[in-house]
Amino acid sequence: MSILLSNISKKFGAFSALDNINLEIPEGELVALLGPSGCGKTTLLRIIAGLERADQGRILISGQDRTEHDVSKRGIGFVFQHYALFRHMTVFENVAFGLRVKPRRDRPGEAIIRKKVHDLLNLVQLDWLHDRYPDQLSGGQRQRIALARALAVEPSVLLLDEPFGALDASVRKDLRQWLRNLHHDLNVTSIFVTHDQEEAMEVASQVVVLNHGKIEQQGTPSEIYDQPSNAFVSGFIGQTNVFDLGHQDADWLQTAGLSTLQQQGKIVHVRPHDIVIEKSTFDNDAFVILKDWQHLGALIRIELVKNSVTGQSASVYAEMPNEQFKLLRLNKGDKVDLKIRHAHWFH
Amino acid sequence: MSQNSIMPGFRPTIGFTVVYLSLVVLIPLSTLVFKSFQLNWEDYIHIITNKRVLSSFRVSFSAALLASLIASFFGFIVAWVLVRYSFFGKRFFHALIDFPFALPTAVAGIVLATVFQPSGFLGKLLIDSLGVQVAFKPLGIVMALIFISIPFVVRTVEPVLLEFETSMEEAASSLGATRFQVFLKIIFPNVFPALLTGFALSFARGVGEYGSVIFIAGNLPYVSEIVPLLIVTKLEQFDIQGATAIALTMLVISFLLLLLINMLQYWVRKRSGQL
Repeated sequence: MSILLSNISKKFGAFSALDNINLEIPEGELVALLGPSGCGKTTLLRIIAGLERADQGRILISGQDRTEHDVSKRGIGFVFQHYALFRHMTVFENVAFGLRVKPRRDRPGEAIIRKKVHDLLNLVQLDWLHDRYPDQLSGGQRQRIALARALAVEPSVLLLDEPFGALDASVRKDLRQWLRNLHHDLNVTSIFVTHDQEEAMEVASQVVVLNHGKIEQQGTPSEIYDQPSNAFVSGFIGQTNVFDLGHQDADWLQTAGLSTLQQQGKIVHVRPHDIVIEKSTFDNDAFVILKDWQHLGALIRIELVKNSVTGQSASVYAEMPNEQFKLLRLNKGDKVDLKIRHAHWFH
Repeated sequence: MSQNSIMPGFRPTIGFTVVYLSLVVLIPLSTLVFKSFQLNWEDYIHIITNKRVLSSFRVSFSAALLASLIASFFGFIVAWVLVRYSFFGKRFFHALIDFPFALPTAVAGIVLATVFQPSGFLGKLLIDSLGVQVAFKPLGIVMALIFISIPFVVRTVEPVLLEFETSMEEAASSLGATRFQVFLKIIFPNVFPALLTGFALSFARGVGEYGSVIFIAGNLPYVSEIVPLLIVTKLEQFDIQGATAIALTMLVISFLLLLLINMLQYWVRKRSGQL
């Protein structure tokens, strides 16, 4: 089901958590609400769910205005950050809860409930845990049970609050992939909140970047990465080198291949992998000193320092594949030449 | 306990515990048991099956049961209000809850008797409007015991309600549960073990309560005479054997009831995965 938010605003006292949010989410998408902590992303998710009331604005789910609907009548599934499993119920009863609380005329029979719960538990691959209590499960298992429980009521929209936040790194990796596949199979419109840009890029089909209660950009992961609409998005998504031409001298950047003729602003963002380095062959003033490097698996991150005439030094980070770096045979303290292949300009 | 336990100080602390419990609890109670051995079985049965004694047992246990049930109900609501809402004077109410703990029970008894006697402020009101007399009736005993019991319930339920994750309620609502279903299926089962503890504490206290009851009860034999009063009466008449026989019976019944409540509690916790 599609979701349409129009003019959503929310204040907590004097603090404006959300400021005039307009957002359209087409049916079947897996959307990430991405932003730093305190940007209002969880508040927005809770407003969509009906757990929080917006000060103004409307929420339309598949064209119907649900703004005034109570959370229990919205037809959403919500997965909480800390899962909020019912600790006095077994895994089976947790998943069955949504079916058992239906009004008598809609409530399925015991046999149907039984079958449905076991099907869902099989879907999350945890049917063998059906008679355990939540306290006896690991974090990743609880997460999947929470998801099965939310899916039991066949929600038109699935909302997940920091779904991988409380898990350790290796479990998180597996679950990301798993969630993506699950979404592919079920095709239910889903929104999840995260502060981890890597997670958003990896899992989501659409990313909405939020900051200070406002939407900075919405688009596919590649759009967000390749065409960031402003300096905040560019800086928040992935690593980037920031050069402020208002305060720094631009000559060496020009020598490095940055065309300042068609400049569209004063701030330049350059991704580390858009910088190519070579051993310096002659003495020009574009050279920089290689300070250190770190292994990031397949990539090497190279830390470079540019000492300017005024005595200020600027750090520049570059990234290149391992093999390529070895071929350069560089040592710490070597002079290197830079070549900037691509840059983003901002005002 | 193995020698190389990670927690040091097992020997001195267990020693202290045993000595302390012996001096304060075990020796006095066993004296009671030994004292009653001076009675033979027929005498014992004779004392216990005395009509006045039997009806005092009935009065004591039924009043304590009723009072702790009512206190559990109201105490739960009080704890709920104190935890869930913020309002003007909350701290004052908080302090007020502990009052029955601190007040000498005899003072409480006299105050209650004064207020609820037929010419008293509340007593007059109740008689005029509902035709119910509280003081000098079994109802008065229940009244006094509720007063004594409330803090036990509030103080056991409160921390559990405080710790309760509200996200569980939100989760239940998002799954379509009504507010009533959320309370019945999510909140209450999680609070029930604590409520049961509060109930057990107030029941145990109620059965043995003396000071606050005797002033309001009227102490009519067969009607509103409680067991502790009967024991005191027997002692005053130097009927020490009679007193010990009643006391021992009381001890055994109380012990069995507490055991029962503890087993119930174990069952509840086990059923809800808390063990």
